[in-house]
Amino acid sequence: MPLHDSSLATVIFGRLSWDALPLHEPILVATFAVVALVGSAVLFALTRYRLWGYLWREWFTSIDHKRIGIMYMMLGVIMLLRGFADAIMMRVQQAMAFGGSEGYLTAHHYDQIFTAHGVIMIFFVAMPLIVGLMNYLVPLQIGARDVAFPFLNNFSFWMTTAGVVLIMLSLFVGEFARTGWLAYPPLSGIEASPDVGVDYYIWALQIAGVGTLLSGVNMLATIIKMRAPGMTLMRMPVFTWTSLCSNVLIVATFPVLTAVLVLLSLDRYVGTHFFTNDLGGNPMMYVNLIWIWGHPEVYILVLPVFGIFSEVAATFSGKKLFGYSSMVYATVVITILAYIVWLHHFFTMGSGASVNSFFGIATMIISIPTGAKIFNWLFTMYRGRIRFELPMMWTIAFMLTFVIGGMTGVLLAVPPADFVLHNSLFLVAHFHNVIIGGVLFGLFAGINYWFPKAFGFRLERFWGKVSYWFWVVGFYVAFMPLYVLGLMGVTRRLRYFDDPSLQIWFVIAAFGALLILCGIAAFLVQIYVSIRKRHELRDTTGDPWDGRTLEWSTSSPPPVYNFAFTPIVHDGDAWWDMKQRGHQRPTTGFKAILMPRNTGAGVVLAGLSTVFGFAMIWHIWWLAIASFALIVASAIYHTFNYDREFHLPLPEVVRNEDERTRLLAVRS
Amino acid sequence: MSTRLRLLAILPLCAALAACNSVVLHPSGDIAAQQRDLLVSSTALMLLIIVPVMALTVLFAWRYRQANRNARYEPDWHHSMRLELVIWSAPLLIIICLGALTWIGTHLLDPYRPLDRIAPGKPLQKDAAALEVNVVALDWKWLFIYPQYGVATVNELAVPVDQPISLHITASSVMNSLYIPELAGQVYAMPGMETQLHGVLNRIGTSQGFSANYSGAGFSGMHFTLRGLASADFDRWVASARSANDRLTRDTYVALERPSQKEPIRHYGTVDAQLYAAILGMCVRPGTTCANHMMMAHAQHAPQ
Repeated sequence: MPLHDSSLATVIFGRLSWDALPLHEPILVATFAVVALVGSAVLFALTRYRLWGYLWREWFTSIDHKRIGIMYMMLGVIMLLRGFADAIMMRVQQAMAFGGSEGYLTAHHYDQIFTAHGVIMIFFVAMPLIVGLMNYLVPLQIGARDVAFPFLNNFSFWMTTAGVVLIMLSLFVGEFARTGWLAYPPLSGIEASPDVGVDYYIWALQIAGVGTLLSGVNMLATIIKMRAPGMTLMRMPVFTWTSLCSNVLIVATFPVLTAVLVLLSLDRYVGTHFFTNDLGGNPMMYVNLIWIWGHPEVYILVLPVFGIFSEVAATFSGKKLFGYSSMVYATVVITILAYIVWLHHFFTMGSGASVNSFFGIATMIISIPTGAKIFNWLFTMYRGRIRFELPMMWTIAFMLTFVIGGMTGVLLAVPPADFVLHNSLFLVAHFHNVIIGGVLFGLFAGINYWFPKAFGFRLERFWGKVSYWFWVVGFYVAFMPLYVLGLMGVTRRLRYFDDPSLQIWFVIAAFGALLILCGIAAFLVQIYVSIRKRHELRDTTGDPWDGRTLEWSTSSPPPVYNFAFTPIVHDGDAWWDMKQRGHQRPTTGFKAILMPRNTGAGVVLAGLSTVFGFAMIWHIWWLAIASFALIVASAIYHTFNYDREFHLPLPEVVRNEDERTRLLAVRS
Repeated sequence: MSTRLRLLAILPLCAALAACNSVVLHPSGDIAAQQRDLLVSSTALMLLIIVPVMALTVLFAWRYRQANRNARYEPDWHHSMRLELVIWSAPLLIIICLGALTWIGTHLLDPYRPLDRIAPGKPLQKDAAALEVNVVALDWKWLFIYPQYGVATVNELAVPVDQPISLHITASSVMNSLYIPELAGQVYAMPGMETQLHGVLNRIGTSQGFSANYSGAGFSGMHFTLRGLASADFDRWVASARSANDRLTRDTYVALERPSQKEPIRHYGTVDAQLYAAILGMCVRPGTTCANHMMMAHAQHAPQ
C-alpha cells in the first residue's frame, strides 16, 4: 500500500512510504527480527525489574562526568558489534566471490555495508570510546570535581547517541549511503545518489558532530581552567596533555566538517552548485575540505591513545616516564603538523610535483615526533621493573604493531609509491594497522587499566589474555594478507574478483576476522566473568596498580564529588609524589559540597534533534519545522532553569569518607 | 610472548616477497618499475630504524621483566640529554634522506611529465612521437579514443611496446581513477576536468587496467584489457579497428554513456573528431553549452 499516491500523503509523509522497508532483503529482515527480539527482551527486563526510574535518574539525566564517560564507552562497545558485523560480512563476501560467483551480497547491499563500516567505526566506535575515556579521566587527573560545563557534557553525549539512532534506523527504514565513508561528490550528489542514503549520512554526522564539538569545547575549558592548585601545564599527566591537544584539534577541525556537509546538503536540498560537475561547481573542493577535517581526525583518535600508553608504560615499569617534556613537545608538534598534510590523501588528483612533494615531506616529518614517542616508551621500560599485567601486554603489542603501520604510512606519503598503492588494499591494511594496532590496542590497554577505578574491581585476567591473543593474532592474520594483495595491485571496495590466485589471501583474511570475532567475544566474556567474580577482584585501596597520577588518590569508584578536598600538586606524577612524601589522607574537617544538579534537558534536545534529522532525511517538512521550533524553544526554556546546583549534605560526605577510612584501615 | 609476536609479523612479509605474481613489484613498464624502485628503497631506509626499535622493544620487555632481579632498576631515571638527541636526530636523518628521495622521485615521476627515456639506458629518440590516447571513464566502462588514428575502443587499450604513451583522462559523471599497474600507477578521472598520465610499456603481453576509485554499483566490473603489442602488430590492430562498422558519433556516445555493466570489448572504426573536447566541456548533448564557453561568456559579461 504505497502512501505516496496522493499529494496529501506526500505532504504528511514526505518521501517515506512502505517501500522504504527493506522487506525484499532477507538478511535485513533476519537482522531486524533479531534486533527486535533482543530489544524487546531488554525493554521487558528493564520494565520487569523496574529499572526505568533508576536509569533515568541516575544515568540518562546524570551530569556526572564519570557516568557520562561510562555511557560513552558502552555506546562505543555496542557500536563496535555493529561495525564488526559489517566487517565480517565484507570479509565473507570477498572470500567467496570468485570464479564467476558474485557472492551473497548485491551491489546495493554491499556498497552500503562498506560505507556504514567506515562511518560507524570512526564516528560511533572510536570517537565515543576516546571521548568517553577523556570524559572519565581528565577531571580526575587534574583534581577537579567535574568538567567545566556539566550539562553541556550530558547534552553532547545524547547528541552523539542521536547520530547513532539515525544510522541504526537507516538499516531498517530506507537505506544508507553507497558512497564510501567520506561520501565524495559527484557520487554523493543528488544526480548520482537521489535516494535517502546520503541524507542519513549527512544528518547522522551533523547531529553527532554538534555533540563532538561541544564536548571538545568543554574539555578544553576544563583542562585550561580547572586544574588543581600547583598543577602547572608542565605538571599535567601526559594523558591530559594529549587530551588537550586532541580537543584543540576537535575544536579547530569539526567546524570544517560541519561546513562541508552543509554545502553538500545545500547542493542536495536546494540545488546549489558547490560540488556539482557543472555550473561552476567543483568536487575537488569537497575532497580538500573533507580531508582538512579528516586528517586531523586520525590524530584526534590517536593522540589520547599515546597518552594512555605513556601512563601505562610508566606505571607498569615502576618508573617515571622517560622524557616527559620531550613527550609533550612531540604531542604539540604532531598537533600542529596534523593540519598541513591533508593533501597526501589524494596525490593522484593531479596536483603538481612540487605540491605533492611538499605534502609528502610534511607527512614524513610527523614521523619524527612520533618516532621520538616510541623511543620514550622504550626508555621508560629501560631499567624498569615491568609487570606484565594486561594493560602492559597491550602496550607491547602496540609498540610492535604500530611501527609497521607507521612505516607503511610513510611509504604511502612518497607520492610515486602512492601512485601505485593509493586506494589499494595496501592502504586498507595500513590504516587498519594504525587504527587497530594503535587506537584499539590503546583503548583495550586503557579499559583494562582504568576499569578498577571506574567500577571498584579489576577485570579478570584469564579472559583478558584470551581476548588479547585472539585480537593480536587475529589482526595479523586478517591484515597482512591485505598488504600482500595491495602489492598484487588489488584495489579496495571490490565486490567480486576474476583472478583465482587472489582467493587464498582473502580466505586467510576472513579467517583472521573470525579470530578477531573470538577476541571480541572473549572481551565480553571477560566483563561478564569479572562482574561475577567482583568480590574476589575488589579493589578497596583506590590504587590497585601502584599508580602515579591523581585519579588513583581517590576511592574506586570515586565518590560523586571525586575529591573531598581539592588536592594540592607539588610535582608531575602528583600521586606518586604524595605517596613518596608520606601523604596522610585527611579524615575530618569535611564540608558540604556544591554539586551540579541532574537534568533531562539533554535527552529532550537530542530526542528532538533525532526527529528533526529524520524529518529532513525523508523531506517531511512540517515535522522538520515543528521539531526545529521545539528544539529552539526547549533550549530557551532550559536557560530559565536557575535551579542547577545543590549542596551535597555534609552527613553524606562524612558517611562516604568514613567508609573509605574504614576500608583503608581494614586493609592495613 | 613478544618474540612469537614478532615472528608473526615477519612471516607475511616473507610471503609477500615470495608472491611472484605481484604486479606492483614486477611491472613491465619503465615508469612503474621506477615507482617500484622508490617503494623498495624507501622501505629499506625505514627498516634501518624500524628493525632496531622492534628488537629493542622485545629485548627491554624481556630483560626488565619483574621476575628478573638481576637487571638494574632505576625508578627515578627519566632524563638523558644525550639519549634525547639520538631519539630526535636518528629519525630526522632518515627523513632527510627520504625527503630528498621523495623530492627528486616526485618530480622525475610526475605523471604530467613527458618521458625522456624508454627504458634504463635507452633515451628517447628526438623524432619519437608519443602515442596519444584520450580516456573517458563512463558508468561503468572505459572509452579509449585514439585521435592520431581516428579509432576508439571500449574496455580495450592496445599500445605498442617501447613507445611513449600520453594519456589524457576525463570522466562522464562521477570520479574514477585510471589505474594500469603494468604501466605507470594511477591518476583520477574527473568529469569536466582533464588529468594526464605518461608511461611506456616494455614487455609484450596482455594484462588488466581498472578503476581504483569506487564509483557506484558497477564498479567491481569496471576493468579493461591492456594489450602490449609489437610495433607491427599494433599497426595490424589499428587496421582491424578501422575496419569496424561502428562509428562513434555524438549520438552513439550519448547511448554509450548510459550506465551499464560488464561491457564487452568494442571497436569504433571512425570517431567524431570534436567528441573528446565536447565530453570534456560536458556538452555532447545538442543544445548544451560547453563549460569552457560558459566561462568565457561569464568573463566577458563580468563588470569591469
